[in-house]
Amino acid sequence: MSAQGLRPNSPSERLLATNAWIVYAFFYAPILVLIVFSFNDNNNVGIWTEPSLRWYRDVLSNDAVLNAIKISVIVAVISTLVSTVLGTMAALSLERFRYRGQRAFDGLVYLPIIIPDVTMAVMLLLFFAQGFHFLDSALGFRPSFGVATISLSHIAFNISFVAVVVRARLGMMDPRLEEAAADLYASRWQTFRRVTLPLILPGVLGGALLALTLSLDDVVVTSFVAGPGATTLPVYVFGLVRRGVTPLINAISTLMLVASMVLVALSLGLQRTSRTRVTPVGDDQ
Amino acid sequence: MKRIREFAVLAAALALVVAACGDDSDGDGETLACDVGQIDGTTLNFYNWSEYMDPDLIAAFEAEFSVDVVESFYESNEAMLAQLQSGVAYDLVVPSDYMIKIMIDEGLLHALDKDALANYGNLAEDFRTQPYDPNGDYSVAYQYGTTGLGVNLEAVGEYFVESWALVFDPEITQHFAGGVSVLNDPRETMGAALEYLGYSLNDTTLEHLEEATQLIKDAKAYITTFDSDQYDENLVNGEVAVAHGYSGNMIVAMSEADDPDNFVYVLPEEGATLWIDNMAIPTVSNAPCTAHTFIDFLLDAENGAALTNWNYYGSPNEAATPFIEQEVVDFYAGTATANLEVITDTGDYEINFTDKLAEAKS
Repeated sequence: MSAQGLRPNSPSERLLATNAWIVYAFFYAPILVLIVFSFNDNNNVGIWTEPSLRWYRDVLSNDAVLNAIKISVIVAVISTLVSTVLGTMAALSLERFRYRGQRAFDGLVYLPIIIPDVTMAVMLLLFFAQGFHFLDSALGFRPSFGVATISLSHIAFNISFVAVVVRARLGMMDPRLEEAAADLYASRWQTFRRVTLPLILPGVLGGALLALTLSLDDVVVTSFVAGPGATTLPVYVFGLVRRGVTPLINAISTLMLVASMVLVALSLGLQRTSRTRVTPVGDDQ
Repeated sequence: MKRIREFAVLAAALALVVAACGDDSDGDGETLACDVGQIDGTTLNFYNWSEYMDPDLIAAFEAEFSVDVVESFYESNEAMLAQLQSGVAYDLVVPSDYMIKIMIDEGLLHALDKDALANYGNLAEDFRTQPYDPNGDYSVAYQYGTTGLGVNLEAVGEYFVESWALVFDPEITQHFAGGVSVLNDPRETMGAALEYLGYSLNDTTLEHLEEATQLIKDAKAYITTFDSDQYDENLVNGEVAVAHGYSGNMIVAMSEADDPDNFVYVLPEEGATLWIDNMAIPTVSNAPCTAHTFIDFLLDAENGAALTNWNYYGSPNEAATPFIEQEVVDFYAGTATANLEVITDTGDYEINFTDKLAEAKS
């Protein structure tokens, strides 16, 4: 604790401190360059002519891009909500209960994190194709590929990531807090609602944010399980890159960057208010 | 588009397994009979590359035929293939050359009814048949491009041989300020070296490929980068004197340069790559006649010109030439007389191109 507030004195300490800045520069300078060049009035990405909002106007007047953004947001919201609930439940069941087949489940939960994207994409595509084929012959009803299949696929891989994050948080939590609540005759639900959930909330929100990012980012799985009219933004952008990077991509990336920064800020804000609300547990009952 | 091929082979193989044990209902190869302008479905599911189709043309088609065109986009030929193999119902797709062959072989494409294509005659003779579709039964060329050399005249001089020597002969390249840039693409770069040596870019003789590897090794001292993304900008910025790259990127970069006259795009006399994207109708289509009507709509001279004026790729629509911007016509003028070859899929041999380029670079 005592060393925390000290300023660096020796040359080696200074060097370490400078290093931190260099690392930051290394990570953030490219992003800064991208943002600056998104305001560039030139068809070439790397040649500066003059500042302009031309590419932003292009993005906002491009129906295909707007539609892709819409699809991406719908999929991201659905898959984040569902996978956060299911992932949290999976984490709780693994940390708090013992049941038959748990070890197997424990291993399986992490599988989507390890499996290569392409394998996952092909598996899901096969699964839907076969499933739809079966439904068609059994019930005469054939669902189509689209937003639903993309959302289900994103949920499938997001659950794992949410579970891992929430589980880490649960592992850090003192089990005596829950025992104390039980001692005070709180029901399982009350304990969860009033003690466990508020304490793991940062983990849950972190998991949700991760799920949101992964869903907004995914190209491979999405392009395999998409359907007519359901193109997400990253798939669209990758299709563009085929003929070289255009500044339109800079503008789209900048918009996405701003959106994700707003989300991070929002989640930080949420975590702060949730923490202040947890402290006066006494008044709750 | 070729970079993703390795992983896609695995994907395609797996998808095939399903196709084999799943759908048997698709009657492949059945003959279609459509009338000119016939509409057999009021929704057209159009599966295309991003930013490849003029939205105004879509709107015009929708208005003229009271059809709702739903556009979806893919990022690789392979993802598109996998989707069709799984039975996702698209009515019109735009695959690249080598992929057409794969799709025909797998029975995924309808044979076209040429009688329903009143404007078929507008298509240039050269584009009607290609090695991947020898009789032109399954595909209609959509747009094309070439792979050649962008040259900075100030660095290279007004007089030079239009040859791969501009990147592969150290005697020549040593005089260029900034050196040269070649594509970081096994088929394109090994193909260029093969052509310089007088072979076909689809040559599958290992000894010839060894020669090509040695050629690149010897030229490496003046090859500044193996690069597929920034070469057009490096060229117009003056960082390299000659850049190996795709026509589509070159035309944009050169037209935006401060002094466009200082740059030319040439197709080496030994031969260069031609790629063609094509319109084709999958067997899973629910509206094959509407798809024919759409193809016919794009084969119209003015509509074909509008497409090229929008995406700046070469137009296989010969009748469209008078309506295409002069700049684009001039840019692609060399294609007609050049010695061009389409890259064909070499199957298992494909890995050798990748290995040898890696060896040449190391």
